[in-house]
Formats: sequence, C-alpha cells, structure tokens
Amino acid sequence: MDWINAIVQGVLLGGLYALFAAGLSLIFGVMRLVNIAHGDLIVLAAYVALVVVEATGLHPLLSAILVVPVMAAIGYGMQRFLLNPTIGKDLLSPLLVTFGISVILQNGLLIGFTADSRRLSAGALETASFEPVTGLTLGVLPLAMFIMSVLVIFLLDHVFFHTRLGRAFRATSDDGEIAQLMMIDRRHIFAMAMALSLGVVAIAGIFLAIRTNFDPSSGPTRLIFGFEAVIIGGLGNLWGTLAGGIVLGVAQAIGAQISPGWQILAGHIVFFLVLAVSPRGLFPKMD
Amino acid sequence: MSFRIERFTPASRATAIVALIALAFLVAAPWLTGRANIRLLGEMFSFLALASLWNLLAGYCGLVSVGQQAFVGFGGYMLFALAIFLGFDPLLAIPVAGLLGAVLAIPVGTLLFRLQGAYFAIGSWVFAEVLRLSFAQVSSLGGGSGASLPTSVVTGIASNREWREILIYWTGLALAVAVLLIVIALLRSKLGLALTGLRDSEIASESLGVNSWLTKMTVYVSVAGLTTMIGSFIFLQKLRISPDAAFSVNDWTAYVIFIAVIGGIGTIEGPIIGTIIFFLLRETLADLGTTYLLVLGALAILVMLKAPRGVWGLISERSRISLVPVRRQVRFD
Repeated sequence: MDWINAIVQGVLLGGLYALFAAGLSLIFGVMRLVNIAHGDLIVLAAYVALVVVEATGLHPLLSAILVVPVMAAIGYGMQRFLLNPTIGKDLLSPLLVTFGISVILQNGLLIGFTADSRRLSAGALETASFEPVTGLTLGVLPLAMFIMSVLVIFLLDHVFFHTRLGRAFRATSDDGEIAQLMMIDRRHIFAMAMALSLGVVAIAGIFLAIRTNFDPSSGPTRLIFGFEAVIIGGLGNLWGTLAGGIVLGVAQAIGAQISPGWQILAGHIVFFLVLAVSPRGLFPKMD
Repeated sequence: MSFRIERFTPASRATAIVALIALAFLVAAPWLTGRANIRLLGEMFSFLALASLWNLLAGYCGLVSVGQQAFVGFGGYMLFALAIFLGFDPLLAIPVAGLLGAVLAIPVGTLLFRLQGAYFAIGSWVFAEVLRLSFAQVSSLGGGSGASLPTSVVTGIASNREWREILIYWTGLALAVAVLLIVIALLRSKLGLALTGLRDSEIASESLGVNSWLTKMTVYVSVAGLTTMIGSFIFLQKLRISPDAAFSVNDWTAYVIFIAVIGGIGTIEGPIIGTIIFFLLRETLADLGTTYLLVLGALAILVMLKAPRGVWGLISERSRISLVPVRRQVRFD
C-alpha cells in the first residue's frame, strides 16, 4: 500500500510540474525562446504571493486575484523591453538575456528576503484529507491543486486553439513575417504570450509556496522539472506536457520510496531514458 | 589582376611578439610577485581557459551550454579518485582525467544533440545535476560533504610548499596556453572552416559535404576533454572538493558566460579581455557581495542588448584590427 500511496502522491505532484512546464512550453511554441529565468520567475511569484498575503491577510489561494495580474504585467514589460530587441537575430542573444534575468532575480530576492526558506500557510485546508479506499490517503489540498492544474492547462489549450489571440499566436509561430503582413503586431503578440505564460507562472508560484519551502535559490530546480516534463511529454502538446509532468512526479515518488537520495535523480534518469528511447517525447505532436 | 591571400597581418605579428614577452613574465612570475598574486593568476588561467572553451562551443559551434560545470566537477572528482584510489601523481592524473571526460562526452553528446536549439542548454544542465547527485552518493569520496586531497598525495608533487605551489601554477599556465593554442589551431584547420560554413548556412555546407552532426560532435568532445582537465587543475589548486562546489552552475558557468559575453562572443580575443574585466570588477566590487552578482547580470544584459559582440567587438569594428590570425583575407595588388 505504501507504493500505491507513493504513486498517487506522485501523480498529484505531477500536476504541479505540468503547471511549471505549461508556461515554458507556450513561450517556446510561440517564439522558439527558452526562458532560463522561468524557474526564478516561479519563485518570484511565490514571494509576490507572500507579500500579498502578509499585507492583505487574504487566503493564499485567493491571492491569485492580485498575483496573476502583477506577474502578467511583469511578463509583458519584460518581453517588450528586454527580450523583443533580441528575438529573431540568433539563438544566443535571447537565451543569454534570460540567463542574465535569472541571475538578477536570484540575487535581487536574496537581498530583499534573505536566504531563509519561507512557506505560505493554507490553514486548516493543509491537513485535511480523506480515505477513498482503505489504506489510501488523499490530501484535499494536493487533490484540489491537481484539479486546478488540469483546469489551467485546459484553459490554455482553449486559448491557443479557439480564440482570436490563440490564432495570432499560431500564425506568428508558423511564419512571423507573413503574420505581420496580416496586420498582426509581432512585438505585441510576443509580449501577450509572455504575459499569459507568467500568468500561469503566478499560479504555479502560489501552489509551490503552499506545497513546499522555497528560498531565492529554488528557481533552477523548478526550471529543470518543467523542462523535463515538456521533453518527456513531447514538444508542442499541452496534454502531453501534463502526462510528462505526471510521469516525472511518479518517477520521483518511486525514487524517494527507494532512498531519499534517489528522489530527484530518478526523475533525471527517466528523462534521459525517454530521450534515448523516444527523442520526440512519449506523446509527440502529429505533424 | 593579381591578388594574394593574407593570413598574418602586421597587427597579428606584433601580437605574437607581445604574447611571447607576456608569457616569459608569467613563467617568471613566482619570483616577481607574492603568493596571493600567484594564486589569483592561477584562478585567472582557469577562467580564461573555461571561457575560451565555452566560447568555442557557443560562439563558433552554436551549442549554448549551461552545463559545462558537469565536466569541471567530473575533472575534479576524477583527479581525487585517480590520486586516492590508484595512486596517480596528481599532475599525471590531469591528462588521464581529460581523456575520461572526452570519453564520457560521447554518449552524453549523442543524447543531448537530440534536443533542438535552446533546449540543448537546459539538457546539458540536467546532465550536470545527474553527476552532482550521483557523486553525492559516493561515500568513499566523502558523499555530500566532500573530501580533501590526502597530505601524502599533495607532498607527492614536491616535498616543499614553495616548489609545490610553483609547479601547480606552471601547470595552470601551461593548460591555459595550451587551450588557447588548440582553439586557434582548431579554427585555422579544415574543421574551423567547416564550423564557419555551418554558422553561415547549415544547408549549403551540408550540400558541400560537411557533416554537421560529426563536426559539432568533434568540437563538443574536444571541449569536454579540455574542460575536464581545467576542472582537475581547479581542484588541485583548491585541494578540497564537494558536490556543490564541483558542480556549481554559478562558479563554472554563470561567471564563464559573463566573461565571454562581456569580452565578445565568437572572437579569440573576447574571453581574454573578458577575464581581465571580470577579475578587475571582482577585486574592486567583491565587498558588495550579492550586489556584485546583480551588477554582473545587469551588465551582461546591457551588453547583449546594446553591443552583442562585446567589448572586443566594439574595438575591432572601430579599428578593423584582428590580433589573432584565424581568418583569411584577399588583398589585391
């Protein structure tokens, strides 16, 4: 039963990883940009949530009302002023600018909030649990977070394939120059994609803050988990990314069950195995 | 109309002479300056070599890696393992470690090359994390808390401390000079021509018979081997290793990227100038601690936005000089 419990916890954790991955995947899909600061932005969102909760006394989950727009605005500005000037020239410039942003965020947070690890308390919800089958315990909060993660991915998928903005995203992704001839302002579309990505990052950051301790240096690990979920699931497929997140979560849970030192390592090993066996991921997009 | 192909320019000949004089001073440095400066110079050599190698990958090969700390740390650990378990002389262990690093890079590169473009960067980072977590499990090398190089191994280099430090310093100097010469020789060779072709147009070069995958793999494996040797040297100088120090992304990748970006990516001169600027900044701003890193990050972004070819790019655009003869120029008489 320990094993089944561990696997179920792994699946629930996978939802969070898929959320880390969704924003990363969206940006790569629209502008072929890999945002190295993605993990640090998740941690930034966690700190913004911390400040909002401390200042207003809102429940952490409700703080999203403020954290999401703040992060989306940061995303829009960051893309407009720092990343747009480098897009399209080569691969190197945008990658290195996001690397610089990552270093600035880590050290900026270190100055502002010290290296102490922090956590957001979700109150009584945190310990609530139920037992659907004897021996299997499900936490209410992890389950709620999993459901919300799936919901966010569903919404993103809807935006991408069934809205005017999504059509502009796809057109820009297919051929940026032709899209511009069709009166699509590429700079604005890129900035909107980054805003949407950081909106998702905001929710991921709040969930992270409730689920585990975080400190200014926790970003890179979140980036790596998100990235692994994207590659395991297959590029350009949001539902694949969810599956990739779950595979990663389960692998880590099984690793942890073997020995605590193996938790993260097991995830990395599964990632390399998938890369060796099926380089396009487990659920490659049909094209 | 007659013309000739020119490789050496007056500027590059002058550079060669200046470089030789500088080298003579650096060889004699242990008698010219104090111990603290010798240590600092040793550290500068390792960063110069790491930055030149990273620049060869990113600037000439289009392989942007944020995981070179994998090979630095691997080199450190191999030095310790070879010296402690197999009784190798530490100075001899450095080239052996380099060979092991190059061998390791073949399967790793084969897997990572499957990741397109920028995803290669994060993939290389995951590999470094795998090594960090794995070496933390090796209890005979101290596990997560690390190990020191035993005194018997250290005194094996030379019995008195003064000569030991001089020998280690010379090793660092020799490695840095060797790396620079190898990078220059590689860029002047047929492989360098293939790299330039691939950079300008991958499709056109492949249609002329350049094998893109094999060319990049050759460079990746060579860089990995050399980076491993530098890693061995770094931890020979430190005499102590731990997984977090050995596979630190800040120390062995972030700083190295700053050096290459600020100096000028895709040039031989860039990493040299970048190393000097980096150490000048470090020695003057080190008291600021975290703020110093903040300044570095902002500076790197500024350079990428306003002068993507770095300090050396600005200088060479204005003056049109090239100090290292890696390109050919047609002169009409």
